[in-house]
Amino acid sequence: MILSKRILPIFLLRLLALGATVSATVLMVTSHDSALVFNIKFEAKYTNSPTFKYFILINAIASGYTLILLFLSCKSSFGHLILALDLIVTLLLESSISACIAIGQVGKKGNSHAGWLPICGQVPKFCDHVTGAMIAGFAAALAYFLILVYSLHNLISLFTLNT
Amino acid sequence: MALGGGETLEAGGDRAARVMSSSSSKVDLVMVLLRVLALLATVSAALIMGFNKQTRTIVVATIGTTTVQATLTAKFQHTPAFVFFVIANGIASLHNLLMLVVSFIGPPKLFERIAPSAIPVFDLMNVAIVSGGASAAAFMGQLGRDGNSHARWNKICDKIDSFCDRGGGAMIASFIGLVLIIIICSLSIIRLRRYNTI
Repeated sequence: MILSKRILPIFLLRLLALGATVSATVLMVTSHDSALVFNIKFEAKYTNSPTFKYFILINAIASGYTLILLFLSCKSSFGHLILALDLIVTLLLESSISACIAIGQVGKKGNSHAGWLPICGQVPKFCDHVTGAMIAGFAAALAYFLILVYSLHNLISLFTLNT
Repeated sequence: MALGGGETLEAGGDRAARVMSSSSSKVDLVMVLLRVLALLATVSAALIMGFNKQTRTIVVATIGTTTVQATLTAKFQHTPAFVFFVIANGIASLHNLLMLVVSFIGPPKLFERIAPSAIPVFDLMNVAIVSGGASAAAFMGQLGRDGNSHARWNKICDKIDSFCDRGGGAMIASFIGLVLIIIICSLSIIRLRRYNTI
């Protein structure tokens, strides 16, 4: 099962990952909503939570890295370095989306045992933006995992070992 | 890429089984040691968080001479992030155990052909799973410890301190396991180079 065109699938996947990471970053940065509860202005921004800041940081780094690699994908002299960097970026993307989903779940459903009320009812626009950013982040993590397996296959021709 | 002098051309699966079950090379020994340590780390993380429970009775008010008490229970099942943490570390420890067994007795006859290429892919998936579980629990723990003033969420770690301490210990174990698993994955990929016959 040798893939005849080895560069094209990775290029398409990197394009998809670039789109996903950029849209995740943009959606999270532009998420902003405010509500008036008992004459107290209740503002929700991404800076309120360190998890969302971490998410934006990781996705910004990933989108910059993907952009650079899109132009470098013809040369294969740095194959091993690219594989190692791909592993690190996949790891970070996966951890950022996982943390965001955990915190987002608390925001949406609250936690009755800890006495935390859900906030999505008061700031629905913020919640929608964050949900969209998380979907994009999840797509980015998935795309990067596929890129990682493909890079490994390109380097070491996974499916034709020991023949 | 020659694998060693004097080796005849045998069936690929046979050679794979022989190479994989021989522990004479240094890399194999290091891999086994790392897998044992990673197994210990993930199992301890899953167990510590799995048995994490604390009950505390606090006096809320005093009416006349009788005290009104409230019982505060903290279990790991209350938070989906910690449930995912336990499940992720459980899956990772199962994977580590399986890979340990495979590195001693070789892959089962059915999978001999695809084993050398499937193991690094499974190691990659292991990295992703453990990193997801560890970071979700870490951020949830940070939320519990510091609260979030913007969302009017109070911190809860001052009331259930030993729950938080044990949770923190489980997270540290999981992060140590994560570092070990990353090293294992890199070694596993490097080890692939000696199988490459193209």
